[in-house]
Amino acid sequence: MKINKYFLLALPFYLIFIFFFIIPLILTIIVSFWDYTEYSIIPDFIFDNYKYIFNKCFKISTDLCVTFKTYLSTFYFCFMAWFFTLIIGFTVAYFLVFHVRSVGMQIVLFLICTIPFWTSNVIRMISWIPLLGRNGLFNSFLISTGVIDEPQEWFLYSHFSVILAFVHLYTLFMIVPIFNSLIRIDKSLIEAAYDSGANGFQILTNIIIPLCKPGIIIGSIFVITVVMGDFLTIGIMGGQQIASIGKIIQVEMSYLQLPSAAANAVILLIITLLLIWTMTKFIDIRKEL
Amino acid sequence: MIKLVSTCNIFNFYKGVDMSKKMNKKITRRSMLKSTTALAGAALGSGLITGFPAIHASGTPTIRYLGTAVNMGSEPEKKLFEDTGIKVKYISKTTDEVVKTILTQPNSFDIVDSEYFSMPKLVPSGSLLGMDTNRIKEWSNVVTAFTEGKVNGKTIGDQGTAPKKVLYLKGPNSTEFSKEPTRYATLIPTVYNADTLGIRPDLIKRPINTWAELLNPEFKGKACILNIPSIGIMDAAMVVEAMGEYTYPDKGNMTKAEIDLTMKIFTEAKKAGQFRAFWSDFNESVNLMASGEVVIQSMWSPAITAVRSQGIPCIYQPLKEGYRAWAAGFALPSTAKGRQADICYEYINWFLSGWMGAYLNRQGYYSAVLTTAEKNMKAYEWDYWMNGKPAAQDILSPTGKKLASKGEIRDGGSYNDRMGAVACWNATMDENKYMVRKWNEMIAS
Repeated sequence: MKINKYFLLALPFYLIFIFFFIIPLILTIIVSFWDYTEYSIIPDFIFDNYKYIFNKCFKISTDLCVTFKTYLSTFYFCFMAWFFTLIIGFTVAYFLVFHVRSVGMQIVLFLICTIPFWTSNVIRMISWIPLLGRNGLFNSFLISTGVIDEPQEWFLYSHFSVILAFVHLYTLFMIVPIFNSLIRIDKSLIEAAYDSGANGFQILTNIIIPLCKPGIIIGSIFVITVVMGDFLTIGIMGGQQIASIGKIIQVEMSYLQLPSAAANAVILLIITLLLIWTMTKFIDIRKEL
Repeated sequence: MIKLVSTCNIFNFYKGVDMSKKMNKKITRRSMLKSTTALAGAALGSGLITGFPAIHASGTPTIRYLGTAVNMGSEPEKKLFEDTGIKVKYISKTTDEVVKTILTQPNSFDIVDSEYFSMPKLVPSGSLLGMDTNRIKEWSNVVTAFTEGKVNGKTIGDQGTAPKKVLYLKGPNSTEFSKEPTRYATLIPTVYNADTLGIRPDLIKRPINTWAELLNPEFKGKACILNIPSIGIMDAAMVVEAMGEYTYPDKGNMTKAEIDLTMKIFTEAKKAGQFRAFWSDFNESVNLMASGEVVIQSMWSPAITAVRSQGIPCIYQPLKEGYRAWAAGFALPSTAKGRQADICYEYINWFLSGWMGAYLNRQGYYSAVLTTAEKNMKAYEWDYWMNGKPAAQDILSPTGKKLASKGEIRDGGSYNDRMGAVACWNATMDENKYMVRKWNEMIAS
């Protein structure tokens, strides 16, 4: 009886989950084995779509294949975005929790962090372009102050601008869960450590960081999954010259090469899940929550 | 949007572990798979993922018009209603999206404005109706660029998917092209143009006259090409040929080896830092040019106009190798019939009756029926846009913006000079699948 009641309570969630996640996912997997022409997709069971993705990938003598190259570049962006959002996110959250005394002030400052989210992320990205461009604000400023002699090209449409945009867009994803973890740390633990003679750095590494691990992991999962699937930021800020798996999928979709796109999506999903699975090895999130 | 989706996925993942355990008790994996496969088969096999039900207005005739934004504007909408009492609802999408919509949601529109180069993809699918040319009043006045591939009596370049190759069908419901003229057309032509490179004369400061300049190291880091594979490959081919690297038997239908060669040249240029960016959205090309990030790039005619209207000099540079042309036209979905189809034919006839032709010509495009457009334009406008003569007075866009001052000449000159110098057309190649993959590889390199 009791079980039924709980089941009913959870039913709406189950239904949403089945219809909008499980079924589409299964369809994607099925379609990834289909064949296709210019204008139709043909039910089949072939491995061509997967074979193509790893075409020439396992030959030692040749250059790195497109798929590996693209994933390497995506991993690179993931790492850089993760690293900088973590450093900045942790610092901001730390400041909010341990240096801001009044709860009112904490809330005000926290809300200020969310202000960039009042506009769409495309606008937040595009607004960098006039700043970073060849004749943009930064270049003009640096030239007029004599720091550089001629405009720097690498400000825009480069790895730098992509990482900058990622950090700008996703630092809040780090701040929120880390803030949440930090605020729940029992202050008496810190006092105890201090009384036992620990210095500030020891308190940070021995008390605070271990206790906010769940926040760090959750924030990391947010950032890494978003960057793995991204094609918009890399496209706009990279001048469409930098490959991303998302972009490859998008191009294939627009040419109705749906099975091929599905195969790519499945591979991307597997790799992203592996990444998350590895991260969850560091901590049991459900226990910590 | 993307942000939201990915955050949801994370939650789903965790809850998912929980759920799959419980699910296994209630529904076995096999039955689950079976039912979903059937569902997938049903949805895709039927080829119909239905959109909205057709509008059968009893009073005001209304048509849902699917297309790119080229022909869509509020003035044509108003004028159409005044003249015919027909109301039009625009569904604006990108070129590729239009094709996708025709194939996957053929009931979501009443009339579609598509490009000729999509025909080799669309016609075999049987999703479009053969258009009855007997019902088109101005059919005999459609320019010869479409019907015979000639401009002013001179045969123009027909490499690629030239309209004349895919204009006629064997019958009203045929899925095969006819080489000989028949009563049934794939698309009723509406608008077309000749595309070339756009340049910033103030930043380049010397004459440009060949496509090869796109890869000239002089413009390293200041060149740009569009990131729409089916169009970009044609621009790339024009460049390769102009550089003297290779002469294609047919640029619009390359062999795998030719695609490899073309992409190799562009990959090397990309690695050497030739390109500042690639663009896939019209507005991107405008911004790249206007901000001076790029001084030479593939461009479309209205983008040039947009840069100029900001007061920045920009030329649609005629090049000695000729232009890459494109053309679009109207079709009805194969399910069209009865009153709704009649309204669509009435709409097409209105479109070709002159007012709309003048509207298109004034933006730098060309109307498929020039005789009626001429009657709707002032003599000085016609001289500027069509005859390549200096503007007798300021040239205004349909919305009243100044496009050219008195005395200026249109880039590329007259209709006969521009359309007569067409070298190739936007194309769908036999090796399209391979080409798209190679293009992706270039972007990834």
